[in-house]
Amino acid sequence: MNSLSTGKYLPNPRIPVLFSAAVLAAALLPLIMDPFTTISATNVFIYIVITLSWALFSGPTQYISIATAAFFGIGIYTSALAGELMPFPLVVCLGGVVSFVLALLVGLSTLRLKGMYFTIFTFGLSELIRHFVLWWEVVMTGTVGRWVVSVDPIPVYYTMLVILVVTISFCFFIGRSRYGLALRSIGQSEEAADHMGINITAVKINVFAITAFFAGATGSTMATRWTYIDPSIAFNPLFSFMPVLMAIFGGIGSITGQIIGAAVLTLLADLLLTEFPYYYMLIYGIILVVVILFLPGGIVGLWDSMKKRRRTETNENT
Amino acid sequence: MSHSDTLLRVDKISISFGGLAVLTDVNLKVDEGELVGLIGPNGAGKSTLFNVISSIYKPDTGDVFLKGKKITGIAPHKLCRMGISRTYQLVKTFNKMTALENVMVGAIYGHKHGGSDAKTRAIDAMSLVGIEDKQNILVSHLTLSDRRLVEVARSLASSPLVTLLDEPMAGLNVSEIKTLLTVIKRAREERKISILWVEHKVDAIFRTCDRVAVLNYGAKIADGKPEEIAKDSKVIEAYLGESLTRN
Ligand SMILES: Nc1ncnc2c1ncn2[C@@H]1O[C@H](COP(=O)(O)OP(=O)(O)OP(=O)(O)O)[C@@H](O)[C@H]1O
Ligand SMILES: [Mg+2]
Repeated sequence: MNSLSTGKYLPNPRIPVLFSAAVLAAALLPLIMDPFTTISATNVFIYIVITLSWALFSGPTQYISIATAAFFGIGIYTSALAGELMPFPLVVCLGGVVSFVLALLVGLSTLRLKGMYFTIFTFGLSELIRHFVLWWEVVMTGTVGRWVVSVDPIPVYYTMLVILVVTISFCFFIGRSRYGLALRSIGQSEEAADHMGINITAVKINVFAITAFFAGATGSTMATRWTYIDPSIAFNPLFSFMPVLMAIFGGIGSITGQIIGAAVLTLLADLLLTEFPYYYMLIYGIILVVVILFLPGGIVGLWDSMKKRRRTETNENT
Repeated sequence: MSHSDTLLRVDKISISFGGLAVLTDVNLKVDEGELVGLIGPNGAGKSTLFNVISSIYKPDTGDVFLKGKKITGIAPHKLCRMGISRTYQLVKTFNKMTALENVMVGAIYGHKHGGSDAKTRAIDAMSLVGIEDKQNILVSHLTLSDRRLVEVARSLASSPLVTLLDEPMAGLNVSEIKTLLTVIKRAREERKISILWVEHKVDAIFRTCDRVAVLNYGAKIADGKPEEIAKDSKVIEAYLGESLTRN
């Protein structure tokens, strides 16, 4: 109803076709590929979901959150606590809901902060949650780790596929809706957005919490594959940093870019980890530095500028 | 006690920052359909008064009324939906969005009736200020003058009762100033909206406004018909003399 058909936002008719084909192929994958490929694809899905959900909020608003690990970890712990009490799909939803509620609280306390203060606070907060859970486990439960009810790789794969499809569709439609417009306005001038009638606090907190839902649901799903968890596994800060890197690597302003960035870097990390276990982080770091220095628009930015160059060349030839 | 045709009224507004009194006991009103100019030397407190009306600052004392209803301290986004929109001395457009998207924000969010026919209202506002041909251009690619027009269109798209323009002509050249003057006149005639207009281009203010108020060191020193203000000795001493010699 409120779609902004400004030409640029006319949806490309190829998108739904390509998307359905990709989903169909992904649904058939476990039937035709070996279990290792299925597990590796699950891993790719996880990173795509947390990258998309991070970028949905932080991309347009420029509020750089480093709290994904907190939401992911809360999902993991929800799974550990509720795994025996209810069926798997419910556990996954519950993980999302608990993270959503946590993010509402985080949002209320932090979204007043701007720029790097917000960023540092989100990071500090996720560390605080990690240490709190650790303290709780040691003092109250008397153990550090927990066992999680394990679920077979195939149901986990399909659950992640469902979360992925929901996340991509959600990001796609939000980006083109009045909420997407509001998020971008907030990122470019919060004061003007406020004066033009946008309830900036409500928009920021709601969208932030929704992105946490996806991260939490993903955490709940993943926990069942790890079987053993402790606070340093569940709240590993890498889960906060990876979505930022992956979104920048692929192209922060584009869903396609975020998907490509997350997929490429996840597969690259897997490859490096098996081939060069000792140099893994070093090589990974160098690749990231090169991309950030030479491809400010990420992979998608490179693609766009190549297309533009080709177009100007053909124009010159005619 | 307020007249039925008084749209916006500020009543005994005072505000100070760290002991520095920036506004003292300022009274001002804008009637329905009226175009009021607000002039005064640099640092007189004109922008601060706008910031008080649009709830960036809460005044130490005094209140703001819209149609007789007290609106002091109401959240800015609610004020916009109630009918107060504004532009900024330092332009605050959404630069990585197209001109139409900028104006759409005002049309969708700035208006009680939200999204229905928002696009029509956005395009109407763009035609009124004369930038309908720049709809799909990124605002960062526009000139300062066009950005100001985008800001005015964004403000008009919210269908305000009153709009506050903070030095819309600053930094524009002669022909751009002419365009903007036409836009202000058209907004008033075609939309019947009230306008409170801060400007240093005093001759434009005197030629266009129904009424002119003068601030000096945070106090209102004059308020009346342009021809009276132009002859007022206090105003000449505080501002006009200076600005005449400066030009
Ligand atoms: N947030 C603030 N904190 C401290 N001082 C402020 C603040 N805002 C405004 N001032 C001071 O209030 C005074 C009035 O400023 P204001 O911007 O309202 O003037 P103005 O009339 O708009 O001037 P100009 O014509 O230069 O735009 C100035 O001395 C300014 O430094
Ligand atoms: Mg000013």
